[in-house]
Amino acid sequence: MPSLGADMDAGTLVEWQVQPGQRVKRGDVVAVVETQKGAVEVEIWDEGVVDQLVVQPGTKVPVGEVLATLRAEGEAPSAAAPQRVPAQPVVPPAPPVPIAPPAMVAQAARYKVSPVARRRAEELGVDLSRLIPSGPEGVISLADVERAAHVKPPPAAKPAGPDKLAAMRQAIASAMAKSKREIPHYYLGTTIDVSRALDWLERENLKRPVTERVLFAAVLLKAVAVTLKEVPELNGFWLDGAFKPSAAVHLGVGIGLRGGGLIAPAIRDAEQKNLPATMQALSDLVTRARGGALRSSELSDATVTVTNLGEQGVETVYGVIYPPQVALIGFGKVVERPWAENGGLYVRHLIHATLCADHRASVGHRGALFLAALDGLLQEPQKL
Amino acid sequence: MTTRDDIRKALLDALGSVAPEADFDALRPERPLRAQLDIDSFDFLNVILRLHEKLGVDIPEADYSKLATLTGALDYLAARLAPGHIT
Repeated sequence: MPSLGADMDAGTLVEWQVQPGQRVKRGDVVAVVETQKGAVEVEIWDEGVVDQLVVQPGTKVPVGEVLATLRAEGEAPSAAAPQRVPAQPVVPPAPPVPIAPPAMVAQAARYKVSPVARRRAEELGVDLSRLIPSGPEGVISLADVERAAHVKPPPAAKPAGPDKLAAMRQAIASAMAKSKREIPHYYLGTTIDVSRALDWLERENLKRPVTERVLFAAVLLKAVAVTLKEVPELNGFWLDGAFKPSAAVHLGVGIGLRGGGLIAPAIRDAEQKNLPATMQALSDLVTRARGGALRSSELSDATVTVTNLGEQGVETVYGVIYPPQVALIGFGKVVERPWAENGGLYVRHLIHATLCADHRASVGHRGALFLAALDGLLQEPQKL
Repeated sequence: MTTRDDIRKALLDALGSVAPEADFDALRPERPLRAQLDIDSFDFLNVILRLHEKLGVDIPEADYSKLATLTGALDYLAARLAPGHIT
């Protein structure tokens, strides 16, 4: 059971996505695990052949426990070991009314569904988030969808799921308390004129079909990823009393979930992605954070985080670093304000950018250089 | 021809896709949708994509402000889909 963040101590295996005897390579998704942060697709970091699946779906195990064993190519499979829980039960008869009660809606939103069932649900206008799968592995089947099509959905429910939210709240609490207890934060802020960047983006978007439109948030993320290469002491981890810089920028993105949850999965190798690829990665990440499953690497290896609270209308963010990271960049709302420049007074679009950083890993002078370089890059958006 | 009812249905369907828990009967048609439904720019872009898919209408960013309220959005879409409208 991998640790998917400093705040995780156990996880529940939801399902295996590999079988004994199957060949796997680095980066393959092998299992789905339910954590305080929702369902996560667990990737593997070794090559080989799946030998035994030690833990059965539905079992909650602590971090560090063996989930499955691998063997080298060509090695003989080991004798079957006794399993901790009986193999999967026979498929139970389908429930007559597979509609989630309101309190379960938030949880059921992270459904798994077969492609054919998804297509049929679209045709029939069935809301997949309200279905409870009847199968043993928590997968919504075609039969589930067709049954639900004959049942009137309940009145709209509030995104309750109190247990789920409480668990997520607890995870945030422990990470943030650790951060404030251990990390000597310093804070810097600057106002950046983003008029040129916004104009440039509007012209770019006019050239694109609606399906390839880029959000300004993607421009900010790309600019941060590029600028971090100039101040590497903001990108990496503080571990065992020392700063470990990261060559790659895995850019954590704070994503608000409906109902009040918060999660900050990473856009991996953000510094290598061009703007359309950054937008695509953001879109994919937000969609999966809000509806589907995130991958283990995205939750565990963000090297720095960006949070954008401008949508909520605030102008400035004073962040809290997510340990063991050493910096968090915050953006507020884009506002139209008077702006003096070269002796003239203009009306411009401005954004307030803040950096909060770990003083053990960097000094304010370098942090200031980062914000100045970010400002400079946003004046030349075509370079993104 | 696309009727106002068709447009309304497509719009509520698009909003429902990003705010599944919303109570549309309680929605105040003259008030901003974003605040009432707690949708952000990413959700809003998904609404625009849904409308493009269902109604075949390509809404430029410059027109986003016209879709701020339910009534505004219905008026805007009705005008865009009216026979003889040149896009």
